Amino acid sequence: MFLTSFRRLKNMGIVGMNQRNFALVSRYNPRHLYPLVDDKLKTKQLAQAAGITVPKLLGTLHYQYDVKELKNMLNAYQQFVIKPVKGSGGKGILVITEQNHNLYYKPSGEAVKLSHIERHVSNILSGLHSLGGKPDSVMIESLIQIDPVFADYSYEGIPDLRVIVFKGYPIMAMLRLATHASDGRANLHQGAVGVGIDIGTGEALHAVQYGIPVYHHPDTHKAFNDLTVPHWNKLLTLAAACYEMTGLGYLGVDIVMDRDQGPMIIELNARPGLSIQVANFSGLAPRVAIVEALESFDHDAQSRVDFSKKNFAAVRNLIRPRRRTNHIKNASFLILN
Amino acid sequence: MQAKSRLYTVVLLILFTGIGLILYKHLMLGFPLMPDDKKFVWTIEAKIDFQAHGDPVIVSLALPPKEPHLTFMEEDFASSDYGFSELVSNSERRGQWSKRTAQGTQTAYYRLSVYENDKIIEIPPSDAPEQLKKPELDEVFLTASLTLLKKVRARSANPEIFTRELVQTLNSTSPGQNQRLLRNDKAGEDYKTQLILDLLALEGISARVVRGLFLEDGRRRQSLTNFVEIHDGNQWILFNQDTGKSGKPKNFLIWQRGGQSLLDVVGGKNSQVSFSIIKNTHSTRNLVVSSSLNKQATVIDFSIYSLPIEQQNAFKMILLLPIGALVVVIMRILVGIRTSGTFMPILIALALIQTTLITGIVIFLLVVSTGLLIRSYLSRLNLLLVARISAVIIVVITIIASISIISHKLGLSQALTVTFFPMIILAWTIERMSVLWEEDGPREVMIQGGGSLLTAVIAYIFMTNRTVEYLTFNFPELMLVNLALILILGQYTGYRLTELYRFHSMGKQHVSDKL
Repeated sequence: MFLTSFRRLKNMGIVGMNQRNFALVSRYNPRHLYPLVDDKLKTKQLAQAAGITVPKLLGTLHYQYDVKELKNMLNAYQQFVIKPVKGSGGKGILVITEQNHNLYYKPSGEAVKLSHIERHVSNILSGLHSLGGKPDSVMIESLIQIDPVFADYSYEGIPDLRVIVFKGYPIMAMLRLATHASDGRANLHQGAVGVGIDIGTGEALHAVQYGIPVYHHPDTHKAFNDLTVPHWNKLLTLAAACYEMTGLGYLGVDIVMDRDQGPMIIELNARPGLSIQVANFSGLAPRVAIVEALESFDHDAQSRVDFSKKNFAAVRNLIRPRRRTNHIKNASFLILN
Repeated sequence: MQAKSRLYTVVLLILFTGIGLILYKHLMLGFPLMPDDKKFVWTIEAKIDFQAHGDPVIVSLALPPKEPHLTFMEEDFASSDYGFSELVSNSERRGQWSKRTAQGTQTAYYRLSVYENDKIIEIPPSDAPEQLKKPELDEVFLTASLTLLKKVRARSANPEIFTRELVQTLNSTSPGQNQRLLRNDKAGEDYKTQLILDLLALEGISARVVRGLFLEDGRRRQSLTNFVEIHDGNQWILFNQDTGKSGKPKNFLIWQRGGQSLLDVVGGKNSQVSFSIIKNTHSTRNLVVSSSLNKQATVIDFSIYSLPIEQQNAFKMILLLPIGALVVVIMRILVGIRTSGTFMPILIALALIQTTLITGIVIFLLVVSTGLLIRSYLSRLNLLLVARISAVIIVVITIIASISIISHKLGLSQALTVTFFPMIILAWTIERMSVLWEEDGPREVMIQGGGSLLTAVIAYIFMTNRTVEYLTFNFPELMLVNLALILILGQYTGYRLTELYRFHSMGKQHVSDKL
């Protein structure tokens, strides 16, 4: 069976693309707020003003003639990340982990020359990676140091955590792990692994690659069943606080774990995708409905997180081999009846 | 909720306006809904011959009445040196030819092109019958008539049946003594008509003669056929005086009602009128457009038809675009196919219309893949974006030019249609696909490129459908229906078909952690 049925998706509360656009994005995200998240520099400034941890900004470039300054700017740093300010979906991000004798090394170990970086920057400036091809700016950020918890779960890249925050309440979370197939990037449709994370505890629930369940990382072969995201409460509070910061009701918050500084916001998304439902094996709709039904809004991020933890915690957790999953499924089926 | 009900009100309003206009054009103006709808146009020529002898001449001919279900395309009164005027009175229309002096054999023509509009129901005449006049008959005749009437009356219940019985009795092949006396087999058709009218008058039934023409292709030297029309108290009923059958036969054109003369000639003698008939087949749509333009129906007068032909042809294409847009909306919202550029598929479809399907696809693939090859080289040259796209445009033009020249040399004339592809769009497509290739890999390029092409082909199939083409051009109101559909589709929040695949692993493994 390659297809499922409309009714089954509906019963599971899966939100489809049309519904996301209509009932979530266009209803809860006023268009005039988009620039706050589409422009990563603005997001960073907002976050800093709100006391939210973000990766350190090393420098920015706005015009083509700034490209000449690039060498001087980069000299001071061994490691850095180059990003388009208005890029989306991880496009145009260049990570350099080492600088040696005028050669720059990517996480894969590939060495590139300065001219390659200059061309990359120039492409960003002329709008190659921005929405609608508009002229863009470049920002250079400090490189995030991978948290040892994730060291075994990542192939050439830093795992990032996507939290869906609906009207200030974190309702679903997913860890995105780069793989060899995804070329070190955390895009699920390119072959990255998505791990559904229990909102209640930060423990891994399910993992999928290309929409198919997996039980261990395809490259490091580390099993997911004992994976737990550290600083879970702080992380959720950080994500929940992004609602006040931006005013966007349906928000995707991308968070990374830094070894030294803990969770940091790297990007916000006003149109977060729907793959998170596949990774969690559950739909967004029931959780959205619970939050929509709330009569009062809690202004304290921590108490919103507590509410989410209580209401959106998984009934069953841990990744188990399929046979035992079926067993549990039957058991719970009996209980439900 | 209020916004939703407001939207549905607007949608319904648009939908009703659109459908209403279509129905108006179809039912009232007779626009056919199918392109192959044909109509027979009858061209009838009445030829009047007479001998003039030097005096002033006035020729007066009854003309067929203009009835709503008939469209008179053209009336022509060609007769050399004659003055012509049309006299219209309450009861009839007459054409009058006149000349101060005429000598010798004279001929006048009246030509009429007419077709029947089958969407409009024929209304029987509604005029009241005239006061009955008792016929004056000699005694023998009167006695025979009364005997006959008595016999017929005994067999009938109402004026309609009475008339039928009477006509059948008079025409019977084994006539009795009375019938034979009354019938006078040597006399002509007019005699029989008069006899029936007299007998009906004796019975107290109002009746009149109706002259008409049986329409048959290629007939010449025809004369009018007499029918009898009776008034049963409510309405007029037409009877064939030879068979007694009631109702108007098919392809019978009523020329004149009532007892006035068909042809009057003052200042001439030996006058006669004969008719010839030709049948032509015309496309209904053309007939309706020209007749509506003549009638100055507002809907048609302020329509595309009033534009010059060249602009009309441009609009034929433009009016197809909404169909393409609808296909794109369906493919993206309902099916969930990803395309590169929202409306690029429509532009490809437009190009395909010019190039034909297979040639177009081959050319498209050829141009895009060659473009991608060259673009991958350009990306190594380290160019700014605008310059790079401009370079790609020039590359595309070069490719198109080379395809044209090479195919022309090879004698493949179809490939020359390559120029119909929108070059700027092709250049953007190549640029986007090349970036996509670099960032997301060839798989994504195939998905989006294939999606665009598939959507374009489906749009092409719809846009080249003869019926669709016909309907969009002749019923631009369809755009309103289309608009309403798109507005409704814009409200669709259900799953896309492709999402059934995207989430298929979840459907299979539905587990208990539902909240």
